[in-house]
This record gives sequence, C-alpha cells and structure tokens, in this order.
Amino acid sequence: MSGILVLVEHLRGEVRDVTYEMLAKAGSLGAALKQPVSAVVLEAPGGVTAGKVAGLCDNLIGIEDAGLKDFNAEAYQQVLGDIISSEKPSLVMMAHSALGVDLAPSLAAKTGMPLVSDVIGISRDDKGFLLTRQMYAGKLNADWRFKSESGMVTVRAAAFKAGDLNGLKRESKHASRAIQLSLRRKFLGYEEAPSTGVDITKATSIVAVGRGIKEQKNLALVEQFAKRIGAEVGCSRPVIDAGWMGKERQIGSSGKTVKPKLYVGLGISGAFQHTAGIKAAETIVAINKDPNAPIFSIAHFGIVGDIMKVLPALEAKIVELRARA
Amino acid sequence: MEIVVCCKRVPDTSEAEVAVDTSGRDIRRERLAFTINESDNYALEEALLIKEKLGGAVTLVSIGPKEADDVLRMGLAKGADKAVRLTDDKFAESDAMARARILARAIAPLKPDLVLCGSQASDDGEAQTGGILAELLGLPHAAYVAKLSLRHDGLSGSAFKVWRELEGGLLEVLELPLPAVVTVQTGINQPRYASIMGIKRAQAKELKVLDAAAAGVAPGDVGTQGSGTALEKLFVPVTESHAEILQGDVNEASGKLAQILKERGLL
Repeated sequence: MSGILVLVEHLRGEVRDVTYEMLAKAGSLGAALKQPVSAVVLEAPGGVTAGKVAGLCDNLIGIEDAGLKDFNAEAYQQVLGDIISSEKPSLVMMAHSALGVDLAPSLAAKTGMPLVSDVIGISRDDKGFLLTRQMYAGKLNADWRFKSESGMVTVRAAAFKAGDLNGLKRESKHASRAIQLSLRRKFLGYEEAPSTGVDITKATSIVAVGRGIKEQKNLALVEQFAKRIGAEVGCSRPVIDAGWMGKERQIGSSGKTVKPKLYVGLGISGAFQHTAGIKAAETIVAINKDPNAPIFSIAHFGIVGDIMKVLPALEAKIVELRARA
Repeated sequence: MEIVVCCKRVPDTSEAEVAVDTSGRDIRRERLAFTINESDNYALEEALLIKEKLGGAVTLVSIGPKEADDVLRMGLAKGADKAVRLTDDKFAESDAMARARILARAIAPLKPDLVLCGSQASDDGEAQTGGILAELLGLPHAAYVAKLSLRHDGLSGSAFKVWRELEGGLLEVLELPLPAVVTVQTGINQPRYASIMGIKRAQAKELKVLDAAAAGVAPGDVGTQGSGTALEKLFVPVTESHAEILQGDVNEASGKLAQILKERGLL
C-alpha cells in the first residue's frame, strides 16, 4: 500500500479548482510520507486535460476512451477499480462534488476500500490517516479513522488551498492502459438552467434569505428592506426547494457565486453549500437567532435575534440615519 | 412498479444548538426534535407520484429504534403501502457501508424496480448510502437527481431519464435501465402532508420489524466489526474568525449596525 491517487475532475474541458487543491494537499502529504502522488485523468482520445496536470504529480495515469468524453460514474468506477487494484494506493482522493458523490460510494463498495466523505482535513499520525469532516450542518466537526492502512476520501471544495502550483512542479511519468467499458448508464447531454434576466452575480448589495424565514408571506418584509437599501434579493437552497424564489436567485455551490460590496444573510445558518458562494463579498452581515450558527464565523458583523423583529428595527434606523444626513 | 424508499429518522438541528455528549462521540439528543431526513421526504414524495401515475406499491425501509416508527407511520399515512424497520443491538456503531449492507439485505428480497434514497442525511452529511446500496444490489445508479422521468418519449420500456444536479445549476441528463437506485435532491417536488384519513388508514398498514437474524444480516458484516471506518471524536470547531456581534436589544443592535453600514458607505 503506497502512493496517493488523485482523481482529476474536469467538466467540458475545464479542470475544476478542487483538483488543484487536492493535488497540492496530496503533494504535501506525499512529501511527508515519502509516497508518490499519482493523478488519474480519464478523458476522450485527444483530450487536453492530461496536459494541464502534467508536471503537478509524480505519475500521470492517463486513460483515453470515447466512453470517457463526459463523466459517467459507471465508466469511472470500472476504470478506477482496475487502477486501484493494480496500484494499491494508501489514499485515494476525489472531490466531494456532484461527480465524486456519484462515484465514490459505489467504488468503495466495489473495491472494499473504506470511505470517509466530505473531508475538510487530512493528516497522518502513528495511528494512520486522521480525517476531519463536519456533521450536523457544520455545527460540529468529527475526526474519523480508516480501520485499515488504506482508504478513500471525497474532499470538500476550498477545504485546502491550491497555493502556488509552481511548488508542485516535477517530472511526471506518463502511463496509460487499454480499457474495455461495459455500460448500463448512458450520458445524454447537459442542460443549463433557463435564464430569466436577473443576474445576482452583478449585484453590489445582496440581501439573502434562508430557512429562518419560515413562511412565504414573510418574504414581503425582506423584499421591502432590500428595496430600501437598493439591494437584490438572493437566497439559500431551502427557499428554492420550497418554490418561493426562482433558481436564478440561489447563492452557493449549486447556485451562483456572488461578490457584492454588502451581503446581508437573514435566517441563513451558513452551511458550506451556501457560504461557498459568498466568500468574495466585501462586508458580510448575518442576522440569526442561533448564536452558534456557522454563518457567524465568516460574517464581519452579526445580530443574534429573530429576523422578523430585527429587520423592521434595522429599516427604521436606516431611515432615521438618512433623514439626519 | 415496485418502489423502495430508504428513510432515516434524524434530529432537526437546523436551528437548534448541538452539544457533544459525555462519550465524546455522539450528540445530546434529549432536547432535540426528530423528523424524517429532508431529502428522504422528497424521495418518498417522488415514489408516491410515480405510483399514482404508473401503479404499483411503495415500501419504506429504515434502520432505527422504536421511535423511527413515527417516521414510517407518517410515510404510510401519506400513501406508502408497507414499511420495514431494521433494528438490533448488533447494528450499533455501523458506518455507512455497514448500514447499506443492512438495507441491502432487507431490500433485495423485495425485488424492486426502483430504489429511491435521499441525496444525503442531514445529520452525518455523508451522501454514501445510495451509491453503496446500488453496488451491493448490483444495480446502476445516479446521485443528486433533480428531475426524473419514467416512460419518457422515445425511450424503450425499461429505460428512464434522470437529470443530475451539478455545480452552478448545470444539469447532466442520463438514461438508466430499470431496476436502478436513484438518490434524490431536495426541491425535486413539493412533498405533501398526510391527511387525517391517511393517518387513520396508516394504522392498519403493515409495519414489519426485523432484527439481524430475521433480515439475514451476518453479525460480522455490521457494527464495529463490519465497519471500515470509525468516528474517533466529535468536537465544536474552533473558528479562525468570528463576527463582531452587536449587543443590546433589537433597537440598540440595529442602530449600531445601521451606523456601521453608513460609515462603510454601504447605504
């Protein structure tokens, strides 16, 4: 059991950022453990992805097949299963993304490797790998262990820093192998969400609302407040799931990434799926009734309280300040 | 159409404070409310919608203590036909792989056309059950499904189409043959509430309770022995930074915030 295997995630010709973050983490782990880092690239013949990560790992395992043009969990599972059984890596890393979540659990079951998913920390001590992940919507962290020498992880985006990739530069040995795919699942295509004209990625101020809004009728108060300060209204996933706002207003990993001067989060607990989309906001304000809500760890200013009480008071104070000016 | 829905009873911690218990490996549960896992509730609704369109039966499967019967009874009240609850002291400390083995043992004899799971549990956030289950049952699968269409135009009898939710709102469209395992995203439908009539009818529906032996689960496949991973320690994360919490009553705190926003030129 030796070596760290990183699955390179790419979509429509673009290597996803999380791949570089994993390669950087694998590079530092590999150096400490004196284990080589292998990057696995699965793509169509003539693909450009392997070239983008060549030089950022010790071994580049590139597999080209027409069946690998677009992601297919079944195809990836067959190919990676073979690579894992021949390479016997001590650690397999893939992203905790729509790709990794579709692939890792069945691959773990097939290979018999233990899987710890959605990790935000990986270290190693005399007991082996120590994997840190969040539980209870980010309110607690948990340390996990593999009970064997080797295991598999899915890695949360932005948990590790890609840093200076030049520091990773090395000679990559290239390897390839022939494969034979047999697939039940068929990729048909991609669909973009329909555009409605609202583009919250361009807003300079955003008032975002989450689960804490409780009822659809309470949105009127939020909209009025947003209008008062000239902000666009955004939301986290539960508001979309309830059907109260259009998908184009969703902020987070499955929605939009925004970079306003001011972001005000109302009744948003701060699950990483949402905060992934607001990291670039200049001033982050959170209003939440749970003082331990994770949103307060990334916000600059906060009020602990019920949004239905705070919002009218805040609006009144703003009107008062403006009248004095 | 025989449909199985996996559902988990979880603590609702979205707006509650969560504390670690004395074991250091679990949370204090006494003050928490419990409910069906959110995405499992959407999976259940999807199963009921399919049944209403194509006929068949919906079976609920859950691992859990006696209290999990509340979740199963509510599912039966909404329209599921029968339920299986798996419980045994031997299941304690089972990891995701071991729990999927338990579910697979109970599901395989039902020979379902479709197995629906929630995309992830809100307590552990692992998002592993559906994928492992598919492999154990020898079925194809798709995770993070935001839309599903059976008997779609132009597809052969057993094929169906799913739309997987990728990052940034992009959807990936796939065709799968039945039988298959699908994990369902929240928002795929609007889950119904149980009717008074449904709640009455649910009392007469079958709710089977199976232990390890009855389900055919080998003791070595579950619990600590059957788990390849172990939770070592649960702890409150130390955050690098924290918001400046504006103190005082609602008016005072709001006044401070308004002043800060004004000084920063944000109003």
